[in-house]
Amino acid sequence: MTNTVDTPTDASRSTPPSGLIAVARAPGWVRYALLAVGLAVAAWLPNGLYPAVAVDILCWALFAVAVDLLLGFTGLMSFGHAAFWGTSAYVTGLVAIHVGLPFPLAVLAGALAAAVLAVPIGYLAVKRTGIYFAMVTLAFAQMVYYVANEWRSVTQGENGLQGVPRELFGLDLTDDYFFYYAILPIVLLGLAAAWRIVHSPFGRVLVGIRDNPARARALGYPVHRYKLTAFVLSGFIAGLGGGLFAVGHRFVSLDVLHWTTSGKAVIVVVLGGIGTLWGGVLGAALVVRLEDWLSFSGFEAIGLVTGGIFVLVVVLFRRGIWGSVAALAHRLAARRR
Amino acid sequence: MSGFAQNTFNGLVSGAFYALLALGLAVIFGMLRVVNFAHGAFYMLGAFGAYVLLSEAGVPFWAALVIMPVGLGLLGMALERAVIHRLTKLDPLYNFLLAFGLTLILQDLVKLRYGVQSSPYETPSLLSGSVDFGLFDFPTYRVFILGFAVLLCVAVWWVLTRTRIGMVVRAATERPDLTRAFGIDVGRWVTPVFGFGIGLAGLAGVLAAPMRAVNPLMGADLIIVVFAVVVIGGLGSIFGSVAAGFGIGLVQAWGEAYLSNFPLVSQTIVFVVMAGVLLWRPAGLFGREEAPA
Repeated sequence: MTNTVDTPTDASRSTPPSGLIAVARAPGWVRYALLAVGLAVAAWLPNGLYPAVAVDILCWALFAVAVDLLLGFTGLMSFGHAAFWGTSAYVTGLVAIHVGLPFPLAVLAGALAAAVLAVPIGYLAVKRTGIYFAMVTLAFAQMVYYVANEWRSVTQGENGLQGVPRELFGLDLTDDYFFYYAILPIVLLGLAAAWRIVHSPFGRVLVGIRDNPARARALGYPVHRYKLTAFVLSGFIAGLGGGLFAVGHRFVSLDVLHWTTSGKAVIVVVLGGIGTLWGGVLGAALVVRLEDWLSFSGFEAIGLVTGGIFVLVVVLFRRGIWGSVAALAHRLAARRR
Repeated sequence: MSGFAQNTFNGLVSGAFYALLALGLAVIFGMLRVVNFAHGAFYMLGAFGAYVLLSEAGVPFWAALVIMPVGLGLLGMALERAVIHRLTKLDPLYNFLLAFGLTLILQDLVKLRYGVQSSPYETPSLLSGSVDFGLFDFPTYRVFILGFAVLLCVAVWWVLTRTRIGMVVRAATERPDLTRAFGIDVGRWVTPVFGFGIGLAGLAGVLAAPMRAVNPLMGADLIIVVFAVVVIGGLGSIFGSVAAGFGIGLVQAWGEAYLSNFPLVSQTIVFVVMAGVLLWRPAGLFGREEAPA
């Protein structure tokens, strides 16, 4: 493995994301109850929020889970996932506009394009780890941004792609309320896929690589190939979210590829709890709701608030919501014993 | 031929900015193991500060060239004491995220007060006009930037390799525990080094003010390119970071001039070079491979 550099030693990772263990130890009935509550909330959401906001939450939930798959379960912080989210948004929009496919197929095409893009970027990025991985992914995502900005004949540059149709066999989905329920199955499928990946033998190997890459290598696992596979899967799931986001807004702007989008996805995961999978869903709901509220109240400097939250979360609340709750539940259970 | 000289010169000038920012990043990284995402924001603050000082208080360029780096350096030191140092024992990713949050805050603070439009900053009268080099002449201000940046890089190199402070900093960078075992208080140097790196970013910002559009977003896009530069040079190597900074400036300028049929080249060439370096020497051109864990 002459390619491997700057692999963090065990000591440098003094705070391993430990949510996974705590949640996995929860008794079966707790997990089924949580699942039931989650599904109930998902089914009710557009009745309690603006449906458009609920749609955004679903898309961002997929994005967050995709980022957590790498950050929490593979130990790789991608700071360039907007490349996959945004590429899928553009491809989905273009396919929907020019080919007129039903939107789920357009989204699938977008997500596949994101996965294809993730192959070369991931191949190069997994040669580095830790902070370098973040910088490399950030840099490649910026390259994708420049290409989209410059390739005006296709992406319409700063005007953005307008009029992305919500075509589904002639059904009228112009109302966000109905559109929410149209995409909910796709989102749940994506989330279930992420859960399945994490709890498969493949996912266990990823966690092993996260915790001790040297041992994983010594056991004969091709570490780079595992990381790359995780990266491509993550790119695909982020692409699902990005594609749905494009159809949801009926519009694609360069923002979807901007570095702030990548950063937001990471902080959504940290806020929810690294390595907890569902924490990212919570984080997505909170951040999307907050940003909607801020822009609705006419506050201009949204970055001031989101940036402030980033700083507070990183300094004071690194376990995130789900991680804190899981740790608390774990401690209570231990005391009862 | 004079076209080639022109392009080379312009490449070196934009490379000077990359080099100054990469130098600050590398020095901070060496001492704290922190990749300072907010470096671009401090560059922006340097430029903006110079603009505000001139337009609202009439403070000239030369004074700003001293005031802004010192002021921002002190701000950086305060920041290091207040938050960054709490996170240095954790995974470096947390400090990266912290600095990302700070970038958003600083950008929006400036945006809130001054809007997003670009503000003009006049070139100081002493440096207006151009210098005649026989075959071709260059704008005086750009010649000044290039000379100033090279001088600074040499000075930093001299301090690091020829003085006791530099020796301590280098030792602390390579083997912090062993340096401590020799009875040297490594912690004492962390805050000043961080402040120095931030001061360099502020200085680069002031230098950029008369030459580039001064606006709240000028630092963010630049810093991502600088990240690519330090990946190419090898962040652990201070010399490598500076050399890669000038090198990328040159490559960009030549690419822009001789591959002008492909408008994307000047913006993306740095990332293509980075991809090549990752394939060929993942640790960076001047980086050392650390033992795989």
